[in-house]
Parts: sequence; C-alpha cells; structure tokens
Amino acid sequence: MRDLATLLFLGGLIFLLAAITGSLPFGHPPMLVGQAIQQVAAPEVGATNFVTAVVLGYRGLDTLGELSILFAAATAGGLVLGGVKSRGRAKAAPAAGFILRAGADVLFPLLLIAGLYVVIHGHLTPGGGFQGGVILAAAFFLPLLARPHESLSHTWLSVIEGLAGAAFIALGLVAMFDGAAFLTPLFDKGVLGELVSSGSLPLLYLAVGLKVGAELASLLMRLAQDDGAAS
Amino acid sequence: MMELAVIVVALTLGAALAVLLLDNLLAAVAAASAVSLGVAVMFVLLQAPDVAMTEAVVGAGLSGLILALALRRLGLARLDVPVSGENTDA
Repeated sequence: MRDLATLLFLGGLIFLLAAITGSLPFGHPPMLVGQAIQQVAAPEVGATNFVTAVVLGYRGLDTLGELSILFAAATAGGLVLGGVKSRGRAKAAPAAGFILRAGADVLFPLLLIAGLYVVIHGHLTPGGGFQGGVILAAAFFLPLLARPHESLSHTWLSVIEGLAGAAFIALGLVAMFDGAAFLTPLFDKGVLGELVSSGSLPLLYLAVGLKVGAELASLLMRLAQDDGAAS
Repeated sequence: MMELAVIVVALTLGAALAVLLLDNLLAAVAAASAVSLGVAVMFVLLQAPDVAMTEAVVGAGLSGLILALALRRLGLARLDVPVSGENTDA
C-alpha cells in the first residue's frame, strides 16, 4: 500500500515536472531581471557579488524574514530538545578517539578562518552570512564533539544571537530615520571590489553570520549534549 | 564539462540509491550527505557558486550532522563493526 502510494506520488511528480518543462522554452530563458541587475547592481549597491546585492541591498526584508524563520526553527528545536540538563549525564558520553580529538584540534582554526573569511567577504566573493555562519557553528561544535565534557555557554550564545539580530534590525531602522526605506544600504559605497566597500552590506552580513552561527551552534549542542536521555 | 556533469549526476544518483538500499542508518546518512555534495558540484558546474556553497555547507555538512546526532539520540547509530571501547553504549 505504501509502495503504491509512493509510486503514485512519484508518477504525479514526474508528470508535473514534464508538463512544466514541456511548456518552458528551455535553454532560452528570457533573463530580463538578471540582465538588468547585472547592469545596475555594481554602480548602485557597490558589491561585486550580485547575489549579495540582491539578498541584502534590494531584498533585505526577505533576508530578515529568512532570519526569523531560522530563529523560529532553532527556538522550536531548543524547546523540543529541552533545557540544558547535561551536568549529570555528561558522564554517559563516550570519550572521543584520538583521530577525532586530533582532527578537531587541526580543523578548528581552519574552520574558524574559513567561516570568518566567507562572512567578511560576502559582498565580494560567493558566500556570505548564512554559509559562513554555518561554517562558524561547525567550527565551534567540532571541539565539543571531541570533548563531550566541555560545553559552550548557552547564555553567551543567546546574547550573541540576540545582539546580532538586533543589530540587523537597527541598521534597517537607521536607514528609515534617514528618510529612506527599511534596510536601505547605508554609508559610502567606496571603491568597487575593496574589502571596506558597498556601505553597510558587510555589517549586515556580519550580523547574519554571527546570528546564524550562534543559533546553529546552540542547536547542535542541545542535540548532542543530553543524548542517552531518550534511549 | 559535459562528461564531468554526467559523471557527477551518475554518482549523485548512485548515492541517492544507496540512501534507500543501505541497511546501516549511519551509512545512509553519509550517503545522503554525498547526494548533497554531488548536487553542490552540479551547482558549481552550472555557475551558481553561492547556491553551491549553501548546498555544500547546509546540505552536506549541517543536515548530515543533525541526522547523525538524531540517530545517536535515538540509539540507532550502530556501526556494523564494533569498535573496541567506543560507541558501544550509544
């Protein structure tokens, strides 16, 4: 019965995809918006990465929505996984092997640098706050995997997360007080392609990166810490 | 370019099949990560590096980690070959 339902669903999905692709002029998309943004984004926003120009410059509100969705998901995850009651149970966690411990020591600085690079160069090269934030979360989670007895402070993570989210909204509000729309890029655009350029976009991405990193690190810690409680 | 794309698609589909067929859940999670990695390479070939980075970081890294941790929480993360002293009480 389940197989039949799966088969039916798969058939319907393939039919839908075939119907959609059949009606599209495939390979000749009329990329009008893309072309327009490619011409306009560099002088208007000052970012060499046009994806960032769209995500933060033109569509900052959508990014705020994305952040709130992630926040809601992480909060729900934290609620479901319960509070931190790892003190008594930390003993149950098995000690990590040598390879994991040595690997964590080697990878931690590399991941930290990679994450910070991706976040800070979000307006110049591919990447940005979300990707770099996840790398940062992984960087801080890896040592915890190697040493189950240690732990980061949930309080500090919440403080970082809250401050970063507030900074993102505050940057948007400052633009509003200047008379522009919410989340309009602030400051001077600078020289195209330099690290300090394109106004407030790097600051926005820094806030996004810190928020995503703190959120996901805290979620992963909750997931990893009091394991053995359910089994 | 085209040959590379065909190879990557074949590997991705193989990994996706492995997710369904593998009995070991931990191995299935690893295969799911491999699917995401293949998709990320495809995004690079299609000249979408931003999406590729997100896919590699979130799909291949984070979701695999979360699934593996969930398996550990549920007590399902068992390796077929018992490693001496480790993971026996997971």
